[in-house]
Formats: sequence, structure tokens, C-alpha cells
Amino acid sequence: MHNKTLSEISSGLRNGDFSSEEITRHFLNRINQLDPQFNSFIAVTEEQAIQQARQADKMISAGETQALLGVPFAHKDIFCTEGVLTTSGSKMLENFISPYDSTVAANLKRAGAVNLGKTNMDEFAMGSSNETSFFGPVKNPWDVTRVPGGSSGGSAAAVAARLAPAATATDTGGSIRQPASLCGVTGLKPTYGRISRWGMIAFASSLDQAGPITQTAEDAALMLNSMAGFDPKDSTSVDQPVPDYRANLNDSLKGLTIGLPKEYFASGLDPKLENIIQEAISEYQRLGATVKEVSLPNSSLSVPVYYVIAPAECSTNLSRFDGVRYGYRCAEPINLEDMYTRTRSEGFGDEVKRRILIGTYVLSSGFYDAYYIQAQKTRRLIQQDFVNAFEQVDVLMAPTSPSPAFKFDEKTADPLTMYLEDIYTIGVNLAGLPGISIPAGQLDGLPVGLQIIGNYFSESKLLNVAHQYQQVTGWHKAQPID
Amino acid sequence: MEWETVIGLEIHAQLATESKIFSGSSTTFGAEANTQASLVDLALPGVLPVFNEQALKLAVIFGLGIGAKIHKKSVFDRKNYFYPDLPKGYQISQLHHPIVGEGHVDITLSDGTVKRVGVTRAHLEEDAGKSLHEDFHGSTGIDLNRAGTPLLEIVSEPDLRSAEEAVAYLKKIHTLIRYLGISDGNMAEGSMRCDINISMRPMGQETLGTRAEIKNVNSFRFVEKAIVHEMERQIDILEDGGSVVQETRLYDSELDETRSMRSKEVAMDYRYFPEPDLLPIIIDDEYIEALRANLPELPDQKKQRFTDQYNLSSSDAEQLAGSLELGRYFEEVVQISGAAKLSANWIIVELSGQLNKNELDIGDSPVTAQQLGELVLRIQDNTISGKIAKIVFQEIWNGKGSADQIIESQGLKQVTDSGAIETLVDEVIAANPSQVEQYLAGKEKMLGFFVGQIMKASKGKANPGQVNEILKGKLKQ
Repeated sequence: MHNKTLSEISSGLRNGDFSSEEITRHFLNRINQLDPQFNSFIAVTEEQAIQQARQADKMISAGETQALLGVPFAHKDIFCTEGVLTTSGSKMLENFISPYDSTVAANLKRAGAVNLGKTNMDEFAMGSSNETSFFGPVKNPWDVTRVPGGSSGGSAAAVAARLAPAATATDTGGSIRQPASLCGVTGLKPTYGRISRWGMIAFASSLDQAGPITQTAEDAALMLNSMAGFDPKDSTSVDQPVPDYRANLNDSLKGLTIGLPKEYFASGLDPKLENIIQEAISEYQRLGATVKEVSLPNSSLSVPVYYVIAPAECSTNLSRFDGVRYGYRCAEPINLEDMYTRTRSEGFGDEVKRRILIGTYVLSSGFYDAYYIQAQKTRRLIQQDFVNAFEQVDVLMAPTSPSPAFKFDEKTADPLTMYLEDIYTIGVNLAGLPGISIPAGQLDGLPVGLQIIGNYFSESKLLNVAHQYQQVTGWHKAQPID
Repeated sequence: MEWETVIGLEIHAQLATESKIFSGSSTTFGAEANTQASLVDLALPGVLPVFNEQALKLAVIFGLGIGAKIHKKSVFDRKNYFYPDLPKGYQISQLHHPIVGEGHVDITLSDGTVKRVGVTRAHLEEDAGKSLHEDFHGSTGIDLNRAGTPLLEIVSEPDLRSAEEAVAYLKKIHTLIRYLGISDGNMAEGSMRCDINISMRPMGQETLGTRAEIKNVNSFRFVEKAIVHEMERQIDILEDGGSVVQETRLYDSELDETRSMRSKEVAMDYRYFPEPDLLPIIIDDEYIEALRANLPELPDQKKQRFTDQYNLSSSDAEQLAGSLELGRYFEEVVQISGAAKLSANWIIVELSGQLNKNELDIGDSPVTAQQLGELVLRIQDNTISGKIAKIVFQEIWNGKGSADQIIESQGLKQVTDSGAIETLVDEVIAANPSQVEQYLAGKEKMLGFFVGQIMKASKGKANPGQVNEILKGKLKQ
């Protein structure tokens, strides 16, 4: 039953093949049984899930047919969920029960989806390996000595191990696409503004974007249908109608022009990994697409620019964690400064502190112009590169990450090597574009993802392009365990 | 040495919106602690600000009221610092792109001269909460009801040269925001407060001296006292050959002194940067012009109209137009009495005197405009004399009814019957033969004596004009 896709579960429920309570219990049992070895969940909301499932069963028997009604899924623990532990992977929020629902949580609740629990993540979404989580690292279901990627490692691992048919996730610099790639699942990062950020614990406000992690592109479309939409509570969400993202899945790819950014295929890319990507592109050519080389001349600046802007924003977004109103507070502070200092020293992990320090530095008077202003200017150049490319091609294709899943502790000693994990994904966030990673092969038994990047609000096209590949290949069906 | 004082004010005016600037919480003053703090005001994880466009409208109206440039694009910034009553760890403000640019106001000084004071800018920002140090036995309580209240920070040029000028400017801004309806300007409730930047320099010197900033002064009187005190303090330092330290100071109204809060050397770096959770505010000409078309009459315009329409003196017009309520009261009185100058006089002298004595605002006056209008009307139509009117006024003040009721019940109506007056005149002349002699010998001042005696005999009710006329006639005989 757990091998079914979200879409298959959806039709099974409506056909009466099984009840929501049955399938929900099935996944809950599986989480209890298997997750101790993966650590992909921080909290399992068993009671609530069964309650929601029973409610859904009633509605289904009353004739309701919403696609996600009664369908189980998991939330990345960055989304505030009312009455449920919401930690963002941090000691700072170890005991924080959110008094309200994020818009994403509310939307999925309204659609009748059943929340199984909250998935593990890098602390405050800062990391590419899930090793910064206060709740311990998630292990890659393909090889438990390896990382699942990050920051949405828990969501990607849970979907890969079939502990949940789908999970919500967020992507600030690759945090949906990179773990999807390393875990062999499908991860969609929509256009900035497509999904409300209300109730999504902020890392870097101008880059953060929610999206789904699923087995297939079709399932991602199903999730996006409920997650997307304008929200008056988020001033940066965009007031655009939400189409049915499944409507164009079956469009032919004849005449599609694929751009290959030459900078993404330059030296440094593992030739074996490049072969896998080239093979996927050949598959697209067989489906009727044509290929064209394009250039993103400023792409080498993406990582440095990102590591100015994201820390700058996070350094102030995380100021609210001060021990005054909620969350962790140090024991017996002797005065205000002591409370601030110890609360934050004890409550945040090393990577979060590193980024707060970088961010505080680049915003400081005397450095602001040289770092922050310069980074914002360069960000516009990077964005312009993409705009120029999309004048020539329909989508861009590239690797999602420079290597398959790596070993624990392999990259923790040197933060810079870890930051380079996101070299192919960060530009998309800086430009605010949508991107998707789909399984496209394996290297030494580990999944490799193909990244497809689209123009603004072209999610339907991206899902169509991904879906057509999944109609003629089987990489998305490969799974690490039964 | 002769010193010149240089002062600039930063005035914080709370904008009269129903809800907060970035959340839907109410802004009503005086509610129980933390009952007006929403998820956003508490800065829970994941919450986002949404700009209240009512605050934008009020800020633009202010800008138009001071003839300022309105910026069609303005941007919110984060001002970062840690304080327990600042829930997010940053205040959302506007640094580089304020909504209102350069403007000015004219102030009238006590010698009648008019001075133009430059306004550098005015920007939107949110207020912080309140730290409560009492009642918590060594701990601090936080009340976030005020957190997120919309403020307009109005920054003046360093154009002010004395405490008098500073207070006149502050009063003018106070009057303006009340006229424009953008703030209640209630200083006791903290709806308007100001920071004073003050420095001294030798008279004639161009460069500015080192300034001190006095924070959060919340009454006209305290502004004056704080400035006077700070001037003395700085002059003492300078004349002793010392130098003023650039720092933030606090005015203690109980001790009437300023003292250091923190020096700028260890000052905070606020690490301003554009607020990524909010889009820039973009407005167009149409938006601005629609607000301009609906601007109310402003204090300077009203003053001009009062002199033109009612023939008031410049200083009377200034005083009556200096408060929205007083101006309204005046026009209501005139409406009834039909006598502008007399009405103005009664409001400025009698009514204002009584109000000041009892520490009342015009809004709390026991004598309504309707009542005063009726009283002035009775002076105007000779029913009573000005002297009797003062008695009637006191009775109205004491709640004894309308002017007509009091005149009627106490028999205060003026005597205009010339027969009755003649009798009184005859009696007084007959009773004072020596004074008559003196008068006839050329001592014309004696006329006043006779008038006084006659008025006394009539208990003040005889029409003074008639008394004069009849008296002169009789004395000639």
C-alpha cells in the first residue's frame, strides 16, 4: 500500500479500495517501525492524524471528491501547525507548540489531507546535509552512512523510504531540490511568491519558498494545487490565479527548446554524473525536444552573493529568538544581557551562529555597501542572465547537485565545501524562478537528480516536462527499501 | 562669550488608525496589558507584517499639510536592536526612502515675527511595546499593546534657536496634526512626543557644535524646561573650556535636569537594511491629488480668513486659529451673536481666562458656544451691559442656565427707559452739589464720578450710553 503514489492513493480512496483511516494507520505503523533507522520525523501526530482520517472517511462517504481528501502526507517542521510541536530543527524551539496554522498547513487541512507528523530538517533550514538539526541527522534511506541532503532532508528521506506519500518542504538555496536529488524523489521549488510564507519560519525572507516533495511530477502537481495561491497575510505572495497544475501534464514535448547553461557543465562536474544528465537530455530529444547551449555568465557569483544575502536576512529574522516570549530561555539569567547571551549561545547550533555572525557583519556600518549593496546589485545581474536565457529557450536543464549523497562528516569540517553543494540550485532562488529536481539515474547505487528550471510562473510547463520524462523512464520508481 | 543655541526636533506622532501599522490589532489606548497583541505583535515564528494603508494615507495628508514633497516610492527598512519590548528584535521604519520629503511650517513668535522652520522629512514606523519595571519584584513585565502602533516621525531642520521657538514649532505641528485629523496629539497618552537635538556655538560661527539628544519629552512645558536646562549645562561646560559629549540624555521632570543615557561612542549599529517582508510603497499622482483636493482648511489659512472675514486683529486670529476646537467654538459663537470682535474678545479674555484658571480644555468648557453666543448677543443688542454680562457669564459657568434665563430671573435687564434714568440722574445731581460745582468750574473728570454713582444706584443696569447723554444734558442746565 505504501508504494502507491499520492495520485493512486487519491483515486483508491475515492473508489473505496481502502479507507483513509486504513492507509493512515499503515503509514503510521511504517513510521514507527522504520523511522528509528532514518530519523526523518521530529514528531508523529498519530492521534490527530487518525482523527483527521476518520473525518475524511465520513466526508468521502458523503460524496465529497476533493483530490487530497483523506490522503496522508507529512509537514516539514518549519511550517507552524496549530497545537503541534513546531521546532524548525532547533533547540531554540524544542518545546514550541504553535498556536496557529501556517497558510500551507491551513490550505492542506482545508483540502482534507491528513498530516502524519513533522519532518526533520537542518536547524532553521541552514544546511545541505541535515547534520545541523538539533534532533540529530536524518539518514539517507539509500545508504544510512550517507546524508539525505538538506535542509528538507527529513521530507525527502520520508518520501524515499515510503514513510509518507508526499511531504511539504522549503527551498531557500536548494533545500527542496538537493535532498530530492540525493534521495531519489521529485522536488518542486515554485516561483517566489507562488506559495504563501505566512507561518513558515523564516530563514531568508527574499529567498524562502515552499514546495512539495513527492514520488512523481503528477503528485507534485496535486500538492501544488492545494499549496499555491495568493495570501493577503503575505505581502510578497503574488496575486495570480492558480491553474489546475495537472491539466497540462500530458502535453507533447515536440518543439520544446531546452537550454543547457554552459557554466553548469564546465570543469568540476564529475564526468560520470554529467553522463547521467546527458543521457536524460537525450531522452528529451527522443521526446521531440531540441537542445541549445546558453550562457549564465554571472553564475559563478551565485554562491558568494547568496552567502551575503541569506545570512544578512537570517541574522535579523532570528533576532526574535531572545528568550523573552517563547522558546528556549537559559536557566537563571542574572540580568538582561546575560539572558540574551546565554539563551542564544545555548539555543542555537554552530551553523546558525556562523550565519548570524556573517549576516551581522555584512550589515554593519562600514561594511554594508561593500557586501550587502554589492550583493544586491550582483543578484540583479544573475537574475538578468536567466531572463536573457529564457528569451531563447523554454526550460533550462542542469545537474541538481555536484555529487550524489556524501558520507556524514565528509563536509562538516569545511563550511565552504558544504556551501558548494548548492552551486547549481542557488541561482534559481536569487532570481526567484521555479525549479524541479527529478530522479534521472544512479551513480554507484545512489540516486542522481536532473534539475529543470523554468521561467516565472511556468510551474505547469515544468511539471509537464518532468511528467513526460517519468512516462518513459523508471528512475522515479526506484526505491531504497520495500 | 555670547552663545547661539541650535535645536532640531524629532517629533513622533501616533497616527489615528483603528488598527496597527502591520497587524489587525486595535490601537485603543488603556486596554489591559497584552490584550491588544496579536501573533504578529508578539513576533511569533513565521508571522509576517502587512502594511495598513490607512497609515499611508495619513502620512501623505501630513506631507501635503506642510507643503512637502511626497515620495511616490518609499521603502521600509529594518532597524535592528535587542530590547525586551521590541518583539522582533528590529523595528520596521523608513531610513533611505521616507514617504514625506522636505517641507516647512511657519511659526509666529511672541514679538509677532513669523519664522519659517524647515522639515527635513517624515517617515512611517512602528512603535515598540512598554517595559513595566514596577510590580514585578526585580523582574520586568512587558506590555505589547503599544507594539506596532503606527507612528509618523517628523524630523525638523536644525532651524530653531531658542526654547521659545522650539515650543512654538512643536505647538504648530500639534495644531497641524489635529487640523489634519491624522493624530489626536494627546501628549499625556504618548500620542505625541519628541526628541530634542541641541547644541551650542559661539554667536556668528558657521559650524555646528557637538549635540546632545534628549529623548522622549512629552509635554510643551517639559520641552521648554529641558532645553533651558540643557543650554545652561552645555554653556557651563564650554565656558569652563570643556567639550560637550555627543550622547543621548534623558529629561527628568521631577528633578528638572537632563542626565546621560548612553554615549554615542558605544552607540548601537542599527544595521538598517530594506525589509524583505514588505514591498516598496508605490503611489501615483492621482492618489496624491485626491488627498490634496480633500485637505481641510489649515491653521494659516484659517487665521487669514478670520482677519479677512471677521476683521479680527492678527494676534486674535492667530490665537483662535491656533486650536481647531477654539476656532470652531469661535465661529459657532459668531453664528449666534453676529458680533465677531466682541465674541473673539469674550473667548480670548473671559472664557480662556476661566478655562486656564481651572485647567480645562476648550472641549471641556462648562459654557457651550451656544450659551456664550446668546450672552454676547444680549450685550450686542443692549439688553445687558458688558459689566452685567460678566455676572451672567459666571452664572452660566456655574450651570444656572442660559443668558436669557439668568437675566430674566435675576432682573438684570438693562434700564433703557429714559424717564427712569432721568430720575436717577436728578437724584445723584441733587445729592452731590459740591461735585456739580467742581464740574461746572471745568473739572470734566467729575463726569466719571457721576456716571459711577448713577450706575451704582441702578445696580449696574442703566444703559451707560444713555446715562452719559442724559447726565451731560442735565449738568449743562
